[in-house]
Amino acid sequence: MVRPYAVTRGRTRSQGRQLDLVAVVVGAAPSRMDRRWLEPEHLRVLSRCRQPVTVADLASDLDLPLGVVRVLIGDLTDKGLARVSTPAPSEFARDEAVLRMVLDELHTL
Amino acid sequence: MSSTLFERPAGARPVAIKILIAGGFGVGKTTLVSTASEIRPLRTEGARSEAGHALDDVAGVQPKESTTVAMDFGRITFESNIVLYLFGTPGQERFWFMWEGLARGAVGAIVLADTRRLADCFGAIDFFEQRRTPFVVAVNHFDGAPRYGEARVRVALDLDPGVPIVMCDVRRRESAVQVLIAIVEHAMRLKGSRRV
Repeated sequence: MVRPYAVTRGRTRSQGRQLDLVAVVVGAAPSRMDRRWLEPEHLRVLSRCRQPVTVADLASDLDLPLGVVRVLIGDLTDKGLARVSTPAPSEFARDEAVLRMVLDELHTL
Repeated sequence: MSSTLFERPAGARPVAIKILIAGGFGVGKTTLVSTASEIRPLRTEGARSEAGHALDDVAGVQPKESTTVAMDFGRITFESNIVLYLFGTPGQERFWFMWEGLARGAVGAIVLADTRRLADCFGAIDFFEQRRTPFVVAVNHFDGAPRYGEARVRVALDLDPGVPIVMCDVRRRESAVQVLIAIVEHAMRLKGSRRV
């Protein structure tokens, strides 16, 4: 296991806007060419996000700090190997129908 | 890039809902997350506040030594493909820059309060008021702590009449879930009233 910041060469912040903790990441299958530059941690991220997964779950599952995971995701999106969909604040987070469903579910707990 | 790389079975994408849990150190944030949800390990950077270290690095440069700390993180997965995420916010004011990202898109926030240290939640209340993030105040009962009624807590915290106050014991699951219900109901109410 490499120290996390060795993986990201000391980078702790990805370029541009910080990824939301509940932004959903989907990864692609890397080609043989891709594998030449991909670090083992990139491959771990890719294998975990074959199915859509949130940034927080990804960091938790891989036991990597959030900042490191954000950098790795940034590398992958730059190379077209991952896509991130960040929910707009007004999109579903405050959608009344979704909140109603959450409420119903909470009442059953 | 080739779009075929990303073809996935439809419908697998979770709908993620975010609720924040704020409050002073030791007020019961971790307990609330672990009682109400499946608590998960999560580490983040630059949030040494809870450990009480001084912020000795103001240049924005990450120190060589790891400064990662555990962050309160839990989730409740519902059958309807909705996942409710709970995130504890770092307690001290100098880490509020972290709250900005956390608060963005959140359904709302729970401000946990301890009657022995009510002033600990002033900062959180100000923060959510300014951003118009829906929040409730949940008074966590500690054994031996003074028990104030809702009215006294409201006065002490200078809360608007519209902000719900719930009394709770976050060690009890039923009570913890009631707090979650309170914030979702409050968020829905505000949503309804703001639209008019």
